[in-house]
Amino acid sequence: MSAVSAAPDRTDTRAGTARALLSVNNIEVIYDHVILVLKGVSLKVPEGGIVALLGANGAGKSTTLKAISGLLRTERGDVTKGAIEFRGEPIHRRNPNEVVRHGIVQVMEGRHVFEHLTVEENLLTGAYTQGGARTKPDLEMVYGYFPRLKDRRGFRAGYVSGGEQQMLAIGRALMAHPRLMLLDEPSMGLAPMLVQEIFEIVARLNREENVAVLLAEQNATMALRFAQHGYVMENGRIVLDGDATTIADNEDIKEFYLGLTGVGQRKSYRDVKHYKRRKRWLS
Amino acid sequence: MEFFFDLTVNGLLVGLMYALVAVGFVLIYKATSVINFAQGDLVMFAAYGAAVMLGLGWMPLWAVIPVLATGMVALGFVLERGILRPLIGQPVISVIMVTIGLAFVLQGLAAILWKAGTRELPLPVRVEPYVVGGVFISPINVVAAVTAILSLVAFGLFFTRSRFGIAMRAVADDQQASMTVGINVRRVFALSWAIAGIAAAAGGLIWGNMLGVDTFLALVGLKVFPVVILGGLDSILGAIVGGLIVGLVESIAAGYLDPYVGGGTKDFVPYVLMILVLFVRPHGFFGREIIERV
Repeated sequence: MSAVSAAPDRTDTRAGTARALLSVNNIEVIYDHVILVLKGVSLKVPEGGIVALLGANGAGKSTTLKAISGLLRTERGDVTKGAIEFRGEPIHRRNPNEVVRHGIVQVMEGRHVFEHLTVEENLLTGAYTQGGARTKPDLEMVYGYFPRLKDRRGFRAGYVSGGEQQMLAIGRALMAHPRLMLLDEPSMGLAPMLVQEIFEIVARLNREENVAVLLAEQNATMALRFAQHGYVMENGRIVLDGDATTIADNEDIKEFYLGLTGVGQRKSYRDVKHYKRRKRWLS
Repeated sequence: MEFFFDLTVNGLLVGLMYALVAVGFVLIYKATSVINFAQGDLVMFAAYGAAVMLGLGWMPLWAVIPVLATGMVALGFVLERGILRPLIGQPVISVIMVTIGLAFVLQGLAAILWKAGTRELPLPVRVEPYVVGGVFISPINVVAAVTAILSLVAFGLFFTRSRFGIAMRAVADDQQASMTVGINVRRVFALSWAIAGIAAAAGGLIWGNMLGVDTFLALVGLKVFPVVILGGLDSILGAIVGGLIVGLVESIAAGYLDPYVGGGTKDFVPYVLMILVLFVRPHGFFGREIIERV
C-alpha cells in the first residue's frame, strides 16, 4: 500500500529523546530459516510511556512483540539482524523466562489464561519469578485494579467471561512487577464498553505503577487515544511513526485504519466492505 | 460375608499400591503430556536398586531409602535430559515409541547389571497377617497403604500450594503462556521426571517386597493403564480412585469367578472395566475435560 508514504524514521523522535527503556534497532526476523517476516523494524519505548503499534492483520505486530519477549524462538523464529536493547542491555538472545526476569512481560493475543487453574492460581503463576516473598500484597494490588477478579478468585479461569480473562491476563503479568508490558490485542473479541474499561485500567497502571506499555492493536482509534506515540506497521516494516495525535490526524491512517473519510465522518458500511474486498484481491 | 469383606479390604489395600505407581505416570503426563510406558520399568529398576543395596549389607534400610530416592531422581533427570528433551515438538507417537523402547532398555539393563534371578527385598515388616474381625490383613499391605496415602497427600499439597506445583500445572495447561510469566518450562519437565523417579522408588520398595525383585516386576506398570484411564490421565485424585476401583474389582472378580474359570480373572477384568469406562467417560472420572467456550 503505497498510500502511506512516510519513510521509517530512525532518527530521534520525541519518544526517542526521552530515555529509551526499550529500543528495537533494525531487526530482521526469519521463521524456519527461510520466511522473512520482519524487514528492519526499529522502535523505541520511553520509560513510563505508552506506545501503540498499529497495523492490519499479518503486518508483523505480534511477531515484533514476540521478538522482544523471546517467545519467537519457541516458534522456530529467529532475530537474524539488528538488536533489541532493554535498559541498554541486549536481550534478543535471551529465553522468555530470562526476559521476564529483566522486567518485560508479554500479555499474549487471545489472553492465554491457564484455563484449568483458578483465577487466583493464575495470578500466583505470574509471581513465579518473584520467589514468593511479597505474594500477598501483590495479589491485593492486582485485586485493587481489577475488583472483578477478586469476586471470581475461586473460579476456574476457563469459565470466566472474555473480559475477565483479559483482566486476568493483565493482572497475571502485573504480578511479575514488569517495567514494560507488551500488550497484544487486548481488545480482541470484547464489547466496546469493556475495551474502554480495560484501556483505562492500563492507563492507570501506567501512571501509578510506572509500567511502560507497548500496545499492539487493530483498534487504532482506542489505542491512539491512550498512547503518546504510535508506529504503523505494514508487511513487516514500520511505515509511519509519530505522536499519537499526529498519527490520528493523518489522512491515510484515517482512511485505512480508522475507517473515516477526509471529512471525519464514518464511512458507510458498504464502502468499507468494498475497500476491504479490494484490498484482499490486490495485496 | 466374611469372604466378601476380606476381598474388599485386601482389594482396596492393593488398589492403593497401584495408585502409588500410577501417580508417577500421572505426574509425567500432567506436566509434559508424555505417555510414559516405562513407568513400571522405573519401579522395577528402583526395586533392583534397593534389593542390591540391601543385599550388599553396607547400609541399613533407613540409609538405603534416601540413597535410592536420590538415585531415582538422578535417573529421572538423565532420562529427561538425554531422551525426552530432544523429542520436544516431535509427534506424540514418536515419544510414545521412545518410552516403549526405554522400557525394554531398562529391563535389559537390569538383567545385564544384576542377573535375571529373583532377589529378595526384605523390609522390617511382620509377615504374619493381622486378623481384624475375621479379615486377614497382611502388614506389608498396611505399610503400603500408609505410604501411598502419605505420598498422595504430599503430591496433592505440592500441586495446589507450592510455587513449583502450580507452575507445573500451568505448564500442563499452556506452555507458551507459562513462558510469558517467566516459568522455565524445561526445568519443569526435568522436575516432573525427577518426582516420578521418587514415586517409582516408593513403588519399587513396596512391590519389590511383595513380589520379589526380577524383571517381571515391570508388569505392575501394565496395571497402571486401567488405573489412570479410569481415574483420568492427569488427575492425582483420579489415580487414587482408579487404583482403589481396579484393586477392588480385580480382588472381588478373582474371589468369585476364579473357582469357575480356573484362575486368571484378575488379569483381564480391570481391562474390561477400562473399556467400559472409555465408552461413557473418555476423560476418566477426574480427567481434565476440555473447556470450550462458545
